[in-house]
Amino acid sequence: MADPLSRRNFLAGVGAAGAALLLPRSGAVAGAVDPILSGRPLVRYPQKTDLILLTSRPPQLETPMKYFDRAITPNEAFFVRYHVFPIPTRVDLAEWRLRVGGLVDRPLELPMADLREKFPAVAITAACQCAGNSRGRFSPRVLGGQWGDGAMGNAEWVGARLRDVLQAAGVRTGAVDVTFNGLDAPAFPSVPDFVKSLPVARVMDWPEILIAYQMNGQPLPMLNGFPARLVVPGWYSTYWVKNLSEITVTDQPFEKYWMKPAYRIPDTPCGCVEPGTVPVRTVPISWMRTRSFIAAPENGARVPAGAPVPLKGIAFDGGYGIRAVEISDDGGRTWRTTTLGPDLGRYSFREWSARWMPATEGAHTVMVRALNGVGESQGMEPLWNPAGYLRNVVEHIDLEVG
Amino acid sequence: MIRTPVVLLAALLASARVAGAADTVAITLPPEHGTLKPGPGMEVTQKACQMCHSVDYITIQPRGGEAQWRGVVTKMVKVFGAPIGSEDADAIVEYLSRAYGPGR
Repeated sequence: MADPLSRRNFLAGVGAAGAALLLPRSGAVAGAVDPILSGRPLVRYPQKTDLILLTSRPPQLETPMKYFDRAITPNEAFFVRYHVFPIPTRVDLAEWRLRVGGLVDRPLELPMADLREKFPAVAITAACQCAGNSRGRFSPRVLGGQWGDGAMGNAEWVGARLRDVLQAAGVRTGAVDVTFNGLDAPAFPSVPDFVKSLPVARVMDWPEILIAYQMNGQPLPMLNGFPARLVVPGWYSTYWVKNLSEITVTDQPFEKYWMKPAYRIPDTPCGCVEPGTVPVRTVPISWMRTRSFIAAPENGARVPAGAPVPLKGIAFDGGYGIRAVEISDDGGRTWRTTTLGPDLGRYSFREWSARWMPATEGAHTVMVRALNGVGESQGMEPLWNPAGYLRNVVEHIDLEVG
Repeated sequence: MIRTPVVLLAALLASARVAGAADTVAITLPPEHGTLKPGPGMEVTQKACQMCHSVDYITIQPRGGEAQWRGVVTKMVKVFGAPIGSEDADAIVEYLSRAYGPGR
């Protein structure tokens, strides 16, 4: 992990490395065998390592699968997803304040020192996944960010409880929603600003929602929300507002663009509809469905015959924790359990590993599925919805043995 | 096993203060990436779309016919308020349907 970035050495580092650091890595492309990622450039953004470019403005950067062989995703490899532009590129903590207002007794303007010192610091390890992660794999295809599987990451977040901050402000009777706004703001007034909301009852009943100012022991990278972001464990990251600057308690349901019609799923038990059809009713997306991935070996790799192949990956869910991860090499007819890594909490990625012995030389497919704490698993057939959310089908890799 | 968040003690608070020592962070974003395919209507498309976003927002999308691209352009105008007149909108839809149409 990188050394703490003081103002001096951080700015100096950017200057010394010069423009070469910021340019797309010429010729370097992602995932040659992956139909969605094939041909996408690897780019290096400030405070980040080489990530897969989805879009430039607003920036959307995807984490390569190789980083998911471990539970904690390095800050420099953590995915980036903004909705509007310009995004903040400079934050001075001497000026930054977190404003808490609306239907409260005592509006607050908290400097970072207050956020750190006036509220208990709470640590939680939680997975952060874009609602549309793996959207590129939907069939029939859907419009939107054509992510592969790397719009996800897992970190130890430290921050103040949102509930503690709201209690300090004193939420008044009649409060309905709490809205969250960050420093990103569209250039044109007609473009809806990225503002999200959570029901106030839910927020006051859920002490694990944090205003996080630390990520894996470091300040957050700018592109992951410096100096603070909301952490809503178990819920898709659309709610994890970055570069947080404004919290407002409302007396009406908040239904601006990014809550309605955006980021909604069919109001059906599966959150899905018949492929190609339109849902009758929708609700805001919320908790994450169970998923698991094989990160090593790389999809499409050639492995030696006659020796066990070490497999590694991660699994996660919406907050009940992972109970088991299983693999299959016969198309899902039989499954065998894998070894789980340390339990970092019920919202965290859970590492798993296995040694798989190929029976023959030639082409093999290895599948993976997880089971969470309340028995939710993953289906063999993908579920579909028109916005391309909630993907959690059984994943696989193809290997060439020998 | 269910683990609830741990309220950290003074030791971690102290280290957090060290980790948060930066008082100003500034970054410079790299130049934009991506180009549109050449063809009639490319310039008007590029000019209109780049007002708000890079063109890779277009080039990553699934290929689609006029209905798909008409829907996209209408959403940009009606929902996001893109200042695109109806003549330009028609030219953009025609360009996108040809350059990024089915089978392209």
